[in-house]
Amino acid sequence: MWQKLYEELCDQNFMIITVAMDSRGTKSAGGPIRRSKATYTSLIDEDHLVADLYNMVNVPQAVWIDEAGRIVRPAEVPGAALTFNLAKLRKLRAIYLDAIRDWARNGEKSEHVFSPGEARAHLPEFTDDIALAHANFHLGRHLWEHGDRVEAMRFLRTATELSPESWNFFRQMKNLQNILGSGGPEFIGRVRRASKAGKEYYALPDMPAMTQLAK
Amino acid sequence: MGTDALEVLSAGRRLTTTRTPGYENDELWISAADLEQATGWTLKPEGLCRDEVCAAVAPVDRERLVDGEVVCASGLWKILGRAVLHDESRSVWMLGESASDRSRNLESLEAPDFTLPDVTGKLHSLSDFRGKKVFLATWASW
Repeated sequence: MWQKLYEELCDQNFMIITVAMDSRGTKSAGGPIRRSKATYTSLIDEDHLVADLYNMVNVPQAVWIDEAGRIVRPAEVPGAALTFNLAKLRKLRAIYLDAIRDWARNGEKSEHVFSPGEARAHLPEFTDDIALAHANFHLGRHLWEHGDRVEAMRFLRTATELSPESWNFFRQMKNLQNILGSGGPEFIGRVRRASKAGKEYYALPDMPAMTQLAK
Repeated sequence: MGTDALEVLSAGRRLTTTRTPGYENDELWISAADLEQATGWTLKPEGLCRDEVCAAVAPVDRERLVDGEVVCASGLWKILGRAVLHDESRSVWMLGESASDRSRNLESLEAPDFTLPDVTGKLHSLSDFRGKKVFLATWASW
């Protein structure tokens, strides 16, 4: 998915790291990674550690990190939308890829690089429930692999209840149960409830051209 | 797994060890060295520390939760407001992070480091790419 962009920008002191939020590890993420023939870095995260560290709730989500290791754009949805409007989706994706190109070429001078204050203002709140949800998910994931699966499911379920905004927890849990996590009444109900609470499944990134697209 | 075997999980780490003889099983008593290996947090005179951050441990708690080289990890975690979870047999423990530690890390805007395997099992850290702009993106097969 990112290979073309990487080939275009790899001489700009630029790296792409993709992280698969896949508790089944290489068993599920290995095939797609091998088929992608990616020359950038593709990693696998069975415990969803990156989502924990960066307060992410869905896939795809992306963070921009500068040469000094500082976050210049916190977790956001990199040009994805829950829509059947393919023209809009293509536009959205084109805007986002152009923004990445601009950053790769112009670095901190790019208009898409947030000031520290702006970056902090874009961090979603890390609540006690979210921290507890990650602990439950982590233990549940471990027990699913190495322990009692009924017991594991209790911890995984608790994670989805403590962090109802986390699509990662919900869909990963369903995947471990061999149930499709997206689509279906439970999923659609969750999407609607989240949307009513102002938490869109795929929120638009805060970029000027995106705001116009939403109109 | 034998009855004396213990697994201690924390974000990004996992330690397999054994129960410390002579301590009750309802709490997690492990050596200070195991605690550091399992969590990255070290017990020092000023408190429980990781990198430059120290969480103070009151003398009364230290009295109760530290016994020479053996520490009550679950008790320390609870007084610091961090999640402590365990399975029914109390042989697998999860020592969680607090929301305030996670928030403080993110507010610093220093990208949290992590080490994860690629498809061949080779480990890579975010910090290996210091000096480059990194576009970090998640995805999933599900």
